[in-house]
Amino acid sequence: MTIADNLPRTLPVRTAPAVTDPPSAVRPPRRRGPSLSRNRWGYAYVAPFFLVFGAFSLFPFLFTAWVSLHDARLSDISGGTFVGLDNYVALLGNDFFWNALRNTITIGLLATVPQLGLALGLAHLLHYKLRGRTFFRTVMLMPYATSIAAATLVFATLFGRDYGIINTGLEAVGLDRVDWESGTLSSQVAIAVIVTWRWTGYNALIYLAAMQSIPGELYEAAEMDGANRWRQFVHITIPSLRPTILFTVVVSTIGAVQLFGEPLLFGGNGSTTGGGRNQYQTLGLLMYQQGWTNFNIGQAATTAWAMFLIILLVVGTAFLVGRSRTRREGARR
Amino acid sequence: MLVSRRARAAAAAAVSLALLTSACGGGDSGDDDGQITLTMGLYGTFGYEEAGLYEEYMDLHPEITIEQSVVAQSGPYYQALQTRLAAGSGMADVQGLEIGFVSDVVENHADAFVDFAAEDDAADLESTFYDWKWDQASTTDGRTIGLGTDAGPQAMCYRQDLFAEAGLPTDPAAVSALWPTWDDYLATGEQYLASPTRQDGSAFVDSPNSVFAPAVRQGEVTYADEDGNPVVEDSDGVQTAWGLASQAAGDGLTAELAQFGDEWNAAFANGAFATIACPSWMLDYITSQLGDEGAGLWNIATLPGQSEAGSTWGGSWLGVPSSGEHVEEAKQLVEWLTAPEQQVKMFVASGFFPSSSVAAESPEVTGATSEYFSGAPIGEIFGTAADAVRRTPISPYDTQIQDAFSQALTTVADGSRSPDQAYDDALAAIEQVTG
Repeated sequence: MTIADNLPRTLPVRTAPAVTDPPSAVRPPRRRGPSLSRNRWGYAYVAPFFLVFGAFSLFPFLFTAWVSLHDARLSDISGGTFVGLDNYVALLGNDFFWNALRNTITIGLLATVPQLGLALGLAHLLHYKLRGRTFFRTVMLMPYATSIAAATLVFATLFGRDYGIINTGLEAVGLDRVDWESGTLSSQVAIAVIVTWRWTGYNALIYLAAMQSIPGELYEAAEMDGANRWRQFVHITIPSLRPTILFTVVVSTIGAVQLFGEPLLFGGNGSTTGGGRNQYQTLGLLMYQQGWTNFNIGQAATTAWAMFLIILLVVGTAFLVGRSRTRREGARR
Repeated sequence: MLVSRRARAAAAAAVSLALLTSACGGGDSGDDDGQITLTMGLYGTFGYEEAGLYEEYMDLHPEITIEQSVVAQSGPYYQALQTRLAAGSGMADVQGLEIGFVSDVVENHADAFVDFAAEDDAADLESTFYDWKWDQASTTDGRTIGLGTDAGPQAMCYRQDLFAEAGLPTDPAAVSALWPTWDDYLATGEQYLASPTRQDGSAFVDSPNSVFAPAVRQGEVTYADEDGNPVVEDSDGVQTAWGLASQAAGDGLTAELAQFGDEWNAAFANGAFATIACPSWMLDYITSQLGDEGAGLWNIATLPGQSEAGSTWGGSWLGVPSSGEHVEEAKQLVEWLTAPEQQVKMFVASGFFPSSSVAAESPEVTGATSEYFSGAPIGEIFGTAADAVRRTPISPYDTQIQDAFSQALTTVADGSRSPDQAYDDALAAIEQVTG
């Protein structure tokens, strides 16, 4: 069994009707008292999860909101003075925030678009019967299994200005050296390359899993109608994958908004500024700089919440897009 | 059957809860047999263990066991220390304090540390340290939160082979005579750059920060006024250092390297630059970057402008959190570790320059030379530099302010910003920290 074979169960792929509710006749009558006592141990079993969730997710989430309303230092987190929404007002008027937001969007686009395109193509290729298919599928997931730090450190060396292998290669073919780190576009491209390298295989496997659930009859019918492979890809594969594509777009976008490790380590000297002109400082890195370099934890909490709201906005938009499409399709049928 | 299933369920729940709570429990130091375990929370390389000082102390005091935990870099170390200061617990019996954040601790958390100025022998203690070292760890109302370990008096290291190729003198005295002031140093740089015999692609200095970092501390004021409030635009140190460093960056004297980055590390081995500002601890860094192959390549000259004032970069203290269980024993350990005799041992063993003036004047220090650095009289060079250091106030934001300037200087060096734009960038970044 390959890894890909395992995936579909957890993914939003159109699958067999196993997930639908059991027929209501089988359902036991709802009576609160007895069922509660019968389920008592059930609650005990799930309690540890909720304790951990409360301690490490819910509490920090709410505490961050509370801190964001205070002028607080890292060494005195709970002792800051209450300033209401001042931190949010300051954030909206802060050039560093808008710069980081812009960088996050451009790096996000530079990373997500080629990544998903490549993943779709790779998945399509791996969908064919190939010799050593399992091997290729496993290999594709290897970058995903590599730690961000290790991958970034290696890529930062490859992109080095004076001793990097990429510049050596450019020079060998007669091109000029590029100072990857100090340029705005070049540094963002370099970081996008790291992200793309790491996530393409993961997304390809998700697409592959979804492709495997597309009924073969569709392709057979298309073939009989004389459609070639490319037309099959465009007219059957892509439309069938639409919900999966939406899912990967959402997940990649969330990842892009949270992008942090790559820009932090890309500079190579532990600086949190994201380059001398903050040319590749993302929102995640800005938040870290505010909280853990400048020790202004109130402002960092505000940035964290701004990031959360941005993600909500993205997910909400994707949800609306998905729903309107489903509605239109439903109306057509 | 039902009972036993219930019992099993209860046991399972209890176990998971126990697992949860045990993770939060603290360690205990187990003093049942009269033994005391002292914990040292440190960062980087203090080198006490390597120099055998813990062992020596434990031999002198059989009832004491010393354990240290070390975080590699002072940045993450201080982040963790701050959260412990905020929580008021979880600190080691002895905590290392670095120049980069000692002022923050002095200003905001002095109460959390034992006051060495209140000791009976405070006057004797104080007299063994350089006055500036003692002051940097003292509050305005005279509390002293830590005792100095090492110090970072600065000199200028240079590559003899590169100097020779470019037709410059190589003898330390002659090289020092090339640059009595920073302007002379930059002029030498222009001369180096213009030399037709200069090694291809080599720059005069590694980074504009090699000019900025030493020069900024030679002013009357660095980043803070007498009360420790950040003053940047009105600081003579900043103005002079910025002018010099941005000139060096703009004129192409630097190798355009960010210090402590990967490319900078690689550049050492490749001979990409001829000079670098050398705080005493940099010698160890250069040695570890170059290994045996680098022996005899480098030599050490006086820091430009030292006749006006010396300069330091780096250095640490040891503080004793007053919430600890073994405060008295920890104080004794710290006083012993930072005493002149031990500082001399540390200098001999690892080259950490003493922050104790008494130690710095001992013949073992003043007479010390470095084989690796072409026999340079390092004891004398750094001793003279330390004597010339000016007592300037420091602010809690010194690290961030200096980072902002050195970041801005890299953008001048790579040509993406004019000096004026870069200066404004630095001020905007500093505003984020102090504002």
